Amino acid sequence: MGSSEERLLESLTSRYSEWIMEALGDLSHDLNFLITDPCIAGHPIVFASRGFLTMSGFSREEVVGRNGRIFQGPETDRRSVMEIREAIREERTMQISLLNYRKDGTPHWILFRLYPVFGRDDARVVHFVAVQVPIPRRRSSSGRQVARGGSLFGACRNEVRSDLEFRCCLPFDSYEDSDNRGLKGEEMREAGDSEKQKAIDGAAEILSKLMQYSKLTGRVVCVKRPTSPQPGFSHISSSLCTSLGRIKQSFVLTDPHLFDMPIVYASDAFLSLTGYGRDEVLGRNCRFLGGPRTDVDALKQINESILAEKACTVRILNYRKDGTSFWNLLHISPVRNSTGKIAFYVGVQVDEGAKNDVHGLSPAVRQLGAVGAVKVAVRSLSSCAGSSSRSSS
Amino acid sequence: MLTIKRVPTVLSNYQEDAAGCGRNCLGDCCLPRERFIPIYNFRQLPLYAFGNNKPLAAASQVDLPADFLLNTLLLGQWEDRMSQGLFRYDVTACETKVIPGGHGFIAQLNEGRHLKKRPTEFRVDRVLQPFDPSKFNFTKVGQEEVLFRFEAGEDDASRFFESASVDESVPPNVVAINVSPIEYGHVLLIPRVLESLPQRIDPESFLLALHMAHEAGSPYFRLGYNSLGAFATINHLHFQAYYLAMPFSVEKAPTKKIHINEELAKNGVKISKLLNYPVRGLVYEGGNNLKDLSDVVAQSCIFLQENNIPFNVLISDCGGRIFLFPQSYAEKQALGEVSQELLDTQVNPAVWEISGHMVLKRRNDYDDASEEYAWRLLAKVSLSRERFEEVESYIFEAIGVLKPEKYETETNVKEEASFQPPVAGPPTYPEGCLVIQ
Repeated sequence: MGSSEERLLESLTSRYSEWIMEALGDLSHDLNFLITDPCIAGHPIVFASRGFLTMSGFSREEVVGRNGRIFQGPETDRRSVMEIREAIREERTMQISLLNYRKDGTPHWILFRLYPVFGRDDARVVHFVAVQVPIPRRRSSSGRQVARGGSLFGACRNEVRSDLEFRCCLPFDSYEDSDNRGLKGEEMREAGDSEKQKAIDGAAEILSKLMQYSKLTGRVVCVKRPTSPQPGFSHISSSLCTSLGRIKQSFVLTDPHLFDMPIVYASDAFLSLTGYGRDEVLGRNCRFLGGPRTDVDALKQINESILAEKACTVRILNYRKDGTSFWNLLHISPVRNSTGKIAFYVGVQVDEGAKNDVHGLSPAVRQLGAVGAVKVAVRSLSSCAGSSSRSSS
Repeated sequence: MLTIKRVPTVLSNYQEDAAGCGRNCLGDCCLPRERFIPIYNFRQLPLYAFGNNKPLAAASQVDLPADFLLNTLLLGQWEDRMSQGLFRYDVTACETKVIPGGHGFIAQLNEGRHLKKRPTEFRVDRVLQPFDPSKFNFTKVGQEEVLFRFEAGEDDASRFFESASVDESVPPNVVAINVSPIEYGHVLLIPRVLESLPQRIDPESFLLALHMAHEAGSPYFRLGYNSLGAFATINHLHFQAYYLAMPFSVEKAPTKKIHINEELAKNGVKISKLLNYPVRGLVYEGGNNLKDLSDVVAQSCIFLQENNIPFNVLISDCGGRIFLFPQSYAEKQALGEVSQELLDTQVNPAVWEISGHMVLKRRNDYDDASEEYAWRLLAKVSLSRERFEEVESYIFEAIGVLKPEKYETETNVKEEASFQPPVAGPPTYPEGCLVIQ
């Protein structure tokens, strides 16, 4: 487990080995980029390049662990933010001109280019790389004309193509007519060819480092989405992971379509409640929480309601990893995906001794709130994560 | 008098038998005013008190508490009512999909929402009609359908009280379930429920709706408003809201900023108009605080309703972006200008449909749903270009914005009948870029 700081570091080292920090540090000093981990609650930044820190005026400590939205400000265009959010949700590459804010509050235009990095075996997004290239002020708006058409598609003819398959999903240039983004008193800045090329070249360097170093741990990453996960891996997408990570309750998702209904997602709060590490619970049936004094009738009740595809609440004695026990007010409910079929069962654990939170919410309301939030996430995300809509988006 | 026939949506389990009581409604029969205070007799109705004076940008700038308070409360209470079996169907068992094409319209097959009963006559040529206590209204919902009260709190932080006594001078706003949900968490916000206000925007109620969007702090929780004549079912002031964790088509549509005068610009409010979207509409965003933004939109709505122009409003992006659509579908329907083929699908284009979320009642329509169909339906909703520009300039006059200089011609906005694949369509990619999966 370890502290959250260690977890942020581990996000990189466990995937790309201990040497990745040095390797990323050796990259060109004016390369501005961030690496984020969608599988950690809050989708935090896990790495910020030296160039980025210089450009933004923040220190590493102020940035790592935070969500990328801290760089947005009052004049940041809301629709651009939405486009980034949707690209993250749909796990695809995108680029956009964005107005970000430095630590001292001054705004600056950047070309923002986002890449998902996939785990080769489970086809899951393990990180996002966001490259940022400052856009200088131009004398006229002629830069716009130059930018149109060429550069984005140029990526496909670039020598990096063999490694990186660019998923050109959004024709950003088609939005050029919209001028609803902008600095007070300053026109929006559109990236020119040189910024776009710089972003592409920089990304190629970073991504090839990540691919290279992931081979050292055997947990190989790739930039092109693997066609399907290897057998035995669950299909929790990074976007679902991000939504679930926002829910601060102790809960697990189990997959009724896999043998023995294994846990396919466990929240951070579940790990702290039970004392297990994530790797120790994923893939296992929940029965390991039981112990010598666990009531057989309670287990029977759970099985019956799962068979009937119904929700239930039971009071059950559970055991932590260290052998101590607690009374768990467990609520289990089927969760349906966009096709209306049951995709998972969610189990939300409430320690019987839990009190109202600081806002006044009771454990019971928080428990059902977590169920609702899981239902919203699974219901909507699965209709976009399906392979059919991927190719058309 | 213009009327259309349609089957009313059932928002409450008590809508059908609105007569006499003895079943714990919110009306005088079950909830005499003197018993109303303290709130205990409202079956200990919980209270959500939202913090005041928050800057507008707060939702996007600070790291929100991960399970944000209003979300947890609303979702938790909604799930609780679901387990009590208060809804007419399980909306999560309804199929839903993104319609292929560049606009990303969303379709849902909902065979349970449609009542197999006779259509009722709706008057569509009066946007403002007096409140009629003999008809169903939200004082007649069951107390179990009410989730919580939603009021301004006394300090900056939002807080929840499982039961709270009310000051007699504070009329309660309540959040109640919609028993025919079109997505998870579908609720109604009913401002000052006991005052029996007709469906009519006023600045205070509109600000309340904005506060709710802001408090939820989720870009996927949106509120909507339908005026009479624009497919509101009940003439009792209410907003609707639900969760759908994907973008609506209208939120993705490009916009063109309208240059406004300095006084409004000083408040930080920006107004744009939608481009390349089948329904013409205005987009309001920014503002130094919620009230600045709210006031401008509310004034625009008030102008429309006072001039008998039906409209729909979408509150999106945590209360930071608001879409206003004057519409004329019901009028066209009453005048027989809508094709039978569109009418046969029985889709009433209210705020959710206009924003790009189509609820279809028949399997065939769902399976065959295409972008072309959605576009055709929505194009019928829109005012014509001439009429829209006229209405727009009146709105600007009403909110004190100088009449904008003539826009460039709207080359991007397609005319009603002529649907073309949107610019964002896949065919524009060079072959090497396409990833087929």
